[in-house]
Amino acid sequence: MSAEYAAAHSFNKVIEILDRYDRSESKIIPILQAVQEEYRYLPQEVLTFIATSLRISPARLYGVATFYSHFSLEPKGKHILKMCDGTACHVRGSSAVIDALRDKLKLTTKKITTDDMMFTFETVSCLGACGLAPVLVVDENIYGQVSPEQALGLVNDIIEKEKQNA
Amino acid sequence: MEKYIYINDRPVLWEDETNILDLTRKAHIDIPTFCYHSDLSLYGACRLCMVEVEGRGLVTSCSTAPFEGMKIKTHTAQILKLRKTIVEMLLANHDQECPKCSRANDCKLRDVSNRLGIDKVRFRKTREPKPMDLGSECLVRDPNKCVLCGDCVRFCSEIQGIGAIDFAARGQNVNVAAAYGKSLAQVDCINCGQCAAVCPTGAIVVRSHIPQAWEAIHDPQKTVVAQVAPAVRVALGEMFGLPASDLTTGKMIAAMRMIGFDQVYDTAFAADLTVIEEANEFIARKANGEKLPIFTSCCPAWVKYAEQSYPKLLNNLSSCRSPQQIFGAIAKERLPKQLKVEQKDLVVVSIMPCTAKKYECKRPEFIHDGIADVDIALTTQELGRMIKEAGIDFDSLEPESMDLPMGFATGAGMIFGNSGGVSEAVLRYAADKFNIPVQENIVLQEVRGESGLREATLADGNLKMAVVHGLKNAQILCDKILAGEADYDIVEVMACPGGCTGGAGQPIVMNHSKRKARTTSLYHADKTMPMHRAQDNPFIGELYEALLEKPNSHKAHELLHTAFKHRKRIDDDELSFSGSGDEDRCKIRVCVGTSCYLRGSQDILAKTLQMVEEHAWGKHFDISATFCSEKCDKGPNVSIGDRVIHKATLDQVKDIISQEAEKRVK
Repeated sequence: MSAEYAAAHSFNKVIEILDRYDRSESKIIPILQAVQEEYRYLPQEVLTFIATSLRISPARLYGVATFYSHFSLEPKGKHILKMCDGTACHVRGSSAVIDALRDKLKLTTKKITTDDMMFTFETVSCLGACGLAPVLVVDENIYGQVSPEQALGLVNDIIEKEKQNA
Repeated sequence: MEKYIYINDRPVLWEDETNILDLTRKAHIDIPTFCYHSDLSLYGACRLCMVEVEGRGLVTSCSTAPFEGMKIKTHTAQILKLRKTIVEMLLANHDQECPKCSRANDCKLRDVSNRLGIDKVRFRKTREPKPMDLGSECLVRDPNKCVLCGDCVRFCSEIQGIGAIDFAARGQNVNVAAAYGKSLAQVDCINCGQCAAVCPTGAIVVRSHIPQAWEAIHDPQKTVVAQVAPAVRVALGEMFGLPASDLTTGKMIAAMRMIGFDQVYDTAFAADLTVIEEANEFIARKANGEKLPIFTSCCPAWVKYAEQSYPKLLNNLSSCRSPQQIFGAIAKERLPKQLKVEQKDLVVVSIMPCTAKKYECKRPEFIHDGIADVDIALTTQELGRMIKEAGIDFDSLEPESMDLPMGFATGAGMIFGNSGGVSEAVLRYAADKFNIPVQENIVLQEVRGESGLREATLADGNLKMAVVHGLKNAQILCDKILAGEADYDIVEVMACPGGCTGGAGQPIVMNHSKRKARTTSLYHADKTMPMHRAQDNPFIGELYEALLEKPNSHKAHELLHTAFKHRKRIDDDELSFSGSGDEDRCKIRVCVGTSCYLRGSQDILAKTLQMVEEHAWGKHFDISATFCSEKCDKGPNVSIGDRVIHKATLDQVKDIISQEAEKRVK
């Protein structure tokens, strides 16, 4: 599929998603989840379309989308790094990993996505895997007891792979 | 058998109250609350109304149902401490710029804080300051004063059926926001201002145009004339401690002359004219059996709502301008000559019970070559503030009367301020025509009342009318009409509860009784007037003779009528499906706004995208979805290159795309 048609495919996917959930107001969360999976975030224009289809006000849908930290209204990077900074991870040294990753990716608490849209780095409050603290999630993979060096190594591996694919 | 509950050990008769809060009020105890509003759904968020129920402990009185023999305490040491703590926490994050706040005199937070004797706030500010929304012509939102009671959110969605604002984000960052954090001016807000009227603090206030009014008054070049809407005179006195039932017309006029208005006229005069134009429009439509029901169009909030949400009914709206705009048009046409002033030096200021009038007078169709028919729209509150600013002792003024000719109105124009008033005024005009028996005092009880939806059948079933206030009620009615489940000749719609007397430009009231008193007072005003039918107004007769010829004439249409347009709900970008490409690619725009969407535009869009991909025509076309092309009655709307296709079908679109592609592939 060429990039040219990606947006069209995504839109058709949104229609599929809406149909799958009967365009029902009570299915807002699964609809938004599926749409976010497609776009990697929730574009404003798509939200307006969803609100129109569900016959709810755009402000209400915006409220739902901003309530859950899972949903993002800003475009996210291709790879998503989530570092746990809950009590257990914090005590076991998550701060050092967070600092190292932000430094490497030139990110801050406010700016969480790299300019090349390759990485988004977020902190989360607890992943429920405190026994593995500190925990880092890279896309779908979970890494326990990570050190700053290890975390940087994972990022470098992704950058290398992306270079080869490009 | 009578049932009792015990409040602070005293028995209170329990009748039909559904919650403890209402019962405590009956027992003469005013428990503070921000989020309880008897018209709105229960929210239970502010926690101020906590009481102690024996056997249950602390409960919110607003959301707890009474039971027989219930024992309640309303001011134990624990409750008083709890209330103080809650208000302290709200104050910690509240922008405490009280002397500069326009709600300083009627702020509930300030009142409650005072009542609870709070003299210091022990908590530090935890929220970051947020920018104000200054985009709207009618309303200003300051999130730094918000206490998150949700009254505005619930009013907008439950009573008005719109939901232009809602809660966004969570926890520490929760705030009331329009969609995508946009300004109210960019979303489906209809400017009714009821959010500001129910706001307990200054988080949403009416935008002030007082500086502009003073500037005009202080400019020696300018002649400043004022028109005053009917509902203003039954509420203005409230700002000076007078009861809501006081009709303060005379004092108001005296105060306005003292402020410096050169002439004071009556919007009810223009309302008389509206009655005649609208009634004749209706009679003609009824005779031809077309465009029925006729919807009233005096309420600018309703008009914007209809433009956004009911494109199919826009032709049914009476083409009459609202009395404010009719007055403006006649004033700018006639007064320069009468007052010996150049048109550009004539400033028309209107005093309105309404916030949406500020938006209405800025609509481009009412501004010609930079000269607006109505230059400045002020609310009742703003006039009150100007009177105070000028140091005028309102209550001690000797009454004066309006200037002629446009200061003379009949009772028909006067009752426009009440829900049902427009209908009654039209009926008084058309009574002879439809053989409706009219009593001596010309009261038509059929259309009066408090209910949000009232129906009346007159003239042996020949005339069916509906009167609604609150746009949620209008929505229900419009849907029924479109579905063919309801059938009327005349539908009167007012956005605000009770009509203009309950407008958001009026002094803030927190209970129904004051609003009802205004309504009654306006009907009394009608009774005391010499004439009750618009056609009896001699100055209207003179105006037709001198300028307008006859009702619905060409000149009347030019000055007194208007047209409505479809309007986008949200100021959104297009949703583009194409990457970058040649500059001269053929643009395809498919509207997926509500109206087109319902007529199947989504399918057209999906199939179009599929077709272009299958044929690999991507580089020839630039495809986007738009959210409203503002031609809703002709949907689905598709534009391909320079061609705009209304009522598009898939085959039609496919054909044109094939033709375009053929040209371009060559």
